[in-house]
Amino acid sequence: MTVKPSSAPALAAQPLLRVENVSLSLRGQPIVQSVTFQVRAGEIVTLIGLNGAGKSTIARIVLGLIRPDAGRVQLRPGLRIGYMPQRLMIDDTLPLTVERFITLGGSASREQVQAALAEVGAAQVMRSPVQAISGGEFQRMLLARALLRDPDLLVLDEPIQGVDLAGQYELYDLIGQLRHRRGCGILMVSHDLHLVMATTDQVLCLNRHICCSGHPDDVARDPAYLQLFGLDGARRLAIYHHHHNHRHDLHGAVVAAEEEAHG
Amino acid sequence: MDDFLLRALCGGLGVALAAGPLGAFIVWRRMAYFGDTLAHSGLLGVALGVVLQINPQLGVAATCLLIAMVLVLLQRQRALAADTLLGILAHTSLSLGLVTLAFLETVRIDLTSYLFGDILAISVDDLYWIWGGAGLALAALAGLWRPLLAATVHEELAQVEGVPVFAVRLAFMLLIAIVIAVAMKVVGILLITSLLIIPAATARRFARSPESMALLAGGLGCVAVGAGLWASLRWDTPAGPSVVVAAAALFALGQALPSR
Repeated sequence: MTVKPSSAPALAAQPLLRVENVSLSLRGQPIVQSVTFQVRAGEIVTLIGLNGAGKSTIARIVLGLIRPDAGRVQLRPGLRIGYMPQRLMIDDTLPLTVERFITLGGSASREQVQAALAEVGAAQVMRSPVQAISGGEFQRMLLARALLRDPDLLVLDEPIQGVDLAGQYELYDLIGQLRHRRGCGILMVSHDLHLVMATTDQVLCLNRHICCSGHPDDVARDPAYLQLFGLDGARRLAIYHHHHNHRHDLHGAVVAAEEEAHG
Repeated sequence: MDDFLLRALCGGLGVALAAGPLGAFIVWRRMAYFGDTLAHSGLLGVALGVVLQINPQLGVAATCLLIAMVLVLLQRQRALAADTLLGILAHTSLSLGLVTLAFLETVRIDLTSYLFGDILAISVDDLYWIWGGAGLALAALAGLWRPLLAATVHEELAQVEGVPVFAVRLAFMLLIAIVIAVAMKVVGILLITSLLIIPAATARRFARSPESMALLAGGLGCVAVGAGLWASLRWDTPAGPSVVVAAAALFALGQALPSR
């Protein structure tokens, strides 16, 4: 667990985003439990966790798409957000070029669209139909649309979804560069710690509540992380599977972890 | 050309011009069954119009809108799949319309003309309604175009980017309700959906942008109306269904042609 410095310099840049004790239940089922974190300018914070751990829900709360039951989300006044949603399917019946898709997010000149696509390394697909480009190009197109809004904060929900393995590392590299080049904060959702390790500054390991958090190297060694993902997953084998070595009670809290040697 | 034929053609073209672009959105949003459900509730609107002694087209538009709201509320519950809900509402409202009309013993209503259209009986008054409603729907669609397209591609992304998606969705439903109300006279409530989706589906293969698909759909709808009316005269077939058959023939022809 991270320990908050009690006397941090007050002059330090105000966080872009501050999430305080946010909780949400759906039909009596807790989805998110007292989650607290913040994102500063130039910082990459990654939410990791298994399916149903509440990662995307937190992203959607931050974006104002869902209202939490309790807690607060504070955005720095005037904050501009760029959003890259998860699993975007565009119906085959809709004739849409990449350029047109990008300008749906806000008016932009052809040069601006071209520049945004070039920045994410996808300039070649500008005139292509969105249904005809690869998974990696599609994600880059989404990123370009988000960047055209000149965001202070980027919210990326599973940005490497549908991208082949080589492309995944490239895309994370690109995201890491964007942070430096543009100085924006990035809140990212991922299900895989090891892919994002090199890119991210802070990891929050989620299972409805925050199991552990901190620098990715520390999280990777944290017992709570190992319990959640299993040793195999933590060591990153090609095929990921994990042992159910602990249970959660109805509220999602860890009941007891069997003392299997995770050492 | 006879007057009644001219009026039929004018009415049909007015409906086709509005139904094409709106139908494109229905196809993109996969709402064909939704449109069908609203259309089915049209008969209840006719009955309502008789009871309240208002114009039947106003009654139809109001009822469609009401059913759309009920649907939105029911979908929020997520207890039943959307297509099940649509099926329940479509046939309940149609039957409710038939039952209500049966209670109104004093009024004689030509059911077939409402179910399958009576384009050859379009009056000058009807033309005002059709062109007024279709013009309104087209103007509103043009104003709504960009936010509606953004919300069609991805509702949450559009919302984050500042599109008032709920208001846009309501406005879109209102437009569907208006077009159903004015199209009823032409093809009848059971066939309205075909005029919305067949021209749009035909246009897809030849369109490179959303706008060109919408315009092409409007144009193809007009061709179908003209061809259907001509066939109806030539072979003495029912006019509304003939228009739909013509639209389907265009679709089949489009599939046979090379795309773009």
